[in-house]
Amino acid sequence: MEWEIVIGLEVHVQLKTNSKIFSGAAVDFGQEPNTNACAIDLALPGTLPVLNAEVTAMAVKFGLAVDAEISRRSVFERKNYFYPDLPKGYQTTQLDEPIVGKATIMLELEDGTEKAVRLHHAHLEEDAGKSLHEDFAGMSGIDLNRAGTALIEIVSEPDMRSSEEAVTFLKKIHSIVTYLDISDGEMSQGSLRCDANVSIRPMGQEELGTRAEIKNINSFRFVERAIAVEVERQIDVISDGGTVAQETRLYDADKNETRPMRSKEVANDYRYFPCPDLLPVELDDAYIQSLKDSLPELPDAKRKRFSQDYGLSKYDANLLTQERPLADYYELVADECKDSKLAANWVMGELSAQLNKEDIKISAAPLSAITLGQLITRVIDGTISGKQAKQLFELLWTEGGEVDQTIEAKGLKQVSDSGAIESMTDQVIADNSQQVENYRSAPEDKRKKMFGFFVGQVMKLSQGQANPAEVNKILKEKL
Amino acid sequence: MHNKTIREILNDLASGEYSSREITSSLLDRIKKLDPELNSFISLTEDQALAAADSADSARSRGEAKGLCGVPIAHKDIFCTKGVRTSAGSKMLDNFIAPYDATLVKNVADSGAVCLGKTNMDEFAMGSSNETSYYGPVKNPWDTDRVPGGSSGGSAAAVAARLVPGATATDTGGSIRQPASLCGVTGVKPTYGRVSRYGMIAFASSLDQAGPIARTAEDCALLLESMAGFDPMDSTCIDKQVPKYSESLTDSIKGLRIGLPKQYFNADINSEVGTLVDNALNELKNAGAELVEVDLPHADLAIPTYYVVAPAECSTNLSRYDGVRYGYRCEDPKDLKDLYCRSRSEAFGDEVKRRILVGTYVLSAGFYDAYYRQAQKIRRLVQQDYITAFEKADLIASPAALSTAFKFGEKTADPIQMYQEDLYTIPANLAGLPAMSMPCGLIEGLPIGMQFVGRQFEEARMLNAAHQYQMLTDWHTQSPSEYGSAK
Repeated sequence: MEWEIVIGLEVHVQLKTNSKIFSGAAVDFGQEPNTNACAIDLALPGTLPVLNAEVTAMAVKFGLAVDAEISRRSVFERKNYFYPDLPKGYQTTQLDEPIVGKATIMLELEDGTEKAVRLHHAHLEEDAGKSLHEDFAGMSGIDLNRAGTALIEIVSEPDMRSSEEAVTFLKKIHSIVTYLDISDGEMSQGSLRCDANVSIRPMGQEELGTRAEIKNINSFRFVERAIAVEVERQIDVISDGGTVAQETRLYDADKNETRPMRSKEVANDYRYFPCPDLLPVELDDAYIQSLKDSLPELPDAKRKRFSQDYGLSKYDANLLTQERPLADYYELVADECKDSKLAANWVMGELSAQLNKEDIKISAAPLSAITLGQLITRVIDGTISGKQAKQLFELLWTEGGEVDQTIEAKGLKQVSDSGAIESMTDQVIADNSQQVENYRSAPEDKRKKMFGFFVGQVMKLSQGQANPAEVNKILKEKL
Repeated sequence: MHNKTIREILNDLASGEYSSREITSSLLDRIKKLDPELNSFISLTEDQALAAADSADSARSRGEAKGLCGVPIAHKDIFCTKGVRTSAGSKMLDNFIAPYDATLVKNVADSGAVCLGKTNMDEFAMGSSNETSYYGPVKNPWDTDRVPGGSSGGSAAAVAARLVPGATATDTGGSIRQPASLCGVTGVKPTYGRVSRYGMIAFASSLDQAGPIARTAEDCALLLESMAGFDPMDSTCIDKQVPKYSESLTDSIKGLRIGLPKQYFNADINSEVGTLVDNALNELKNAGAELVEVDLPHADLAIPTYYVVAPAECSTNLSRYDGVRYGYRCEDPKDLKDLYCRSRSEAFGDEVKRRILVGTYVLSAGFYDAYYRQAQKIRRLVQQDYITAFEKADLIASPAALSTAFKFGEKTADPIQMYQEDLYTIPANLAGLPAMSMPCGLIEGLPIGMQFVGRQFEEARMLNAAHQYQMLTDWHTQSPSEYGSAK
């Protein structure tokens, strides 16, 4: 039987706020346990939440970026359950009246087609702390640094039909939230993680199959693999005459399998109700408009502009705009050297290779965009050759410094002075009289290959610094 | 000295009659002598009190006295007090030393008041007789076989017994006004949002409100001025200037319209209570007030509504007491579930457990619409009743309690009967309105109170009328014989 895969994603994005969603404690990854947890995060008796205004603005920006309905009134609710890393015994979240409503997100798939994925809504909530089971024999530790960190949970409709689509969706969300600068998007640190609801149904069937929810997937690669392996499992279960259970499963990357997290015979009753300690969030049009006015250029718009204004291919424009820091870097390089294609080649070629090699982010690159632009300018104006440019790039990357100063200091300038090249040419002709004889007596079609020999000799004599175009020109005349 | 009101103490301190240290020590001695029987205090903070009194005295000598500088008071043990046990009357928090001050505690300290200790209360403010306290019940100074009311029974009894001239308290369904009535003192529940709830241990967040208990309306006005004010730490606290309540007390009440709800003034009213309230209303009428009938058509739904909303909120507010981070933890839990179940089972009392169970039930899937949502709808109807009634009246009057103080054990067997205690007081909490109770007579030697309910943020009008009434009568000056001026 042919199966159709149905996927819906819930993406949790940690917002890049200075302080927590309901307290003044700092949000800072990787600190000593419980050093970023105040009385409110510890849920001491008598403490109360106060909504961090920064958080509202960030959620609204996300909504505006995907052209969603923005709720003029949203309500925080309490989701009640006991867990040691949930200090209040409830999570403050949104249910019936979330801050961001419906939207449609367009995905560009690799084969060039477009795919629409509907957003059900996006809501604000607080993160829980962490239980630490390793370091304490027979006991568990609780770290509440993360408790109360602001999250926006983005919930899609079950509109995706393959793991590739799911990854593309997740990448799109990642790109939007990092463009908006509302999240650092660091999946390895849990700043962006997702739950995938996966089900299968016979191709053509309207009714949805029973879904399994795969929790806490924290990399693009794992999303793809977790879904693929879960789909295989479900097909096996059904093919063996069984039924898929509605349950929460965990993806184990080491074993590349999903397994049930906790058996829930009855659904948890979270007893949601509006949090009486928080007022409904009410937004007026002027506030929403001011945020709309503050939105940066988003990936889709930037991609279009890169294609049009810089004459880049769709592929290049796509690659360069996926992450805002890279796009910003590229623009500076292109504007500096005034050659958008050469700039694209350098950014996606030499620069990206170096970043990958050292596994660092563009923001940590030792070479500024202006410097790279100046380097390319020197290639364009003939000061340095392509080969020298690569040498120069290496030098600037490892040692720093200015483009022109380094060219000067390291003697990287190519020789374009026709007098100097002429005398070198004369010397090469004098030193290789036999080859000159051969060349001159050879037919036109053979000469081309032989000509290269003389160019090479002149370049060698100039220690690679002669301008090849100039060498070509003068050699032609002399021979 | 112990018979002095806050106003008198301020005058005496100003004129140098005695120092803050003198009255503080004198009241501490009195507490140590009398409170072992009354049990109105859970903790005494003697050292801090004497230090605060000394610094108040030196501030006064520097000419920097302000507000309540040097006046001894007590805090209900529901307000977090830095470095001091803050128990909420529960075994759960018997070992909890608050690491921070509630905003109210800070405000009152900033006004120069001297806190003598923390007063006893029903566990987590759940009770109308003080019999649910882990520290044992408070006795009513008027008759030690009787309850002081609750949940702020400790604050009311301490003021009635002249152990302190004023105390802070909280009121979720009548917890200031009912004990004030039963102990013959004056108590004010301000408008919801008038006093910060930050650092006040939550019972039912949408109903809880802190207020003062003292002997006179004037003293309540002075205390409230120091307690109230906007607090950015409490999202439900309203950013509105605090009026000088004590400066409008002498305004004339000529033409003041006092509304009498027909749902309360009918055949069901306790006849002796009704007579005393009628007498009080006649005094006000003679002073120029008009009496008008008002209609509160949903008054009979207030108690059932309250006993859905309050338990719902408390069931989740009390989830944080899980034995994990602070408070009581059971011995040798065998696993996480055991830790939760036994810590909570062993440390919460019956009334708290009852309300957590009821609250959990009314919020459960399948019952939410029938109970919680329905209760919220009725709550809006109750609010609307008052808005309509306040078109005809400026204040609404009624008894504060069903009757005088009852005996220990009299109502503990039947929670429903105990819940009826709050008949007159609950609607003001549901509607978020200011309300107060003041003594208006004695029945067989036991005090009874009259209640005023005001419009939102019209505490000043309410206090003005109460002060005028107290200028005309002397019920508020009556004291239980054992604890009066003689002793």
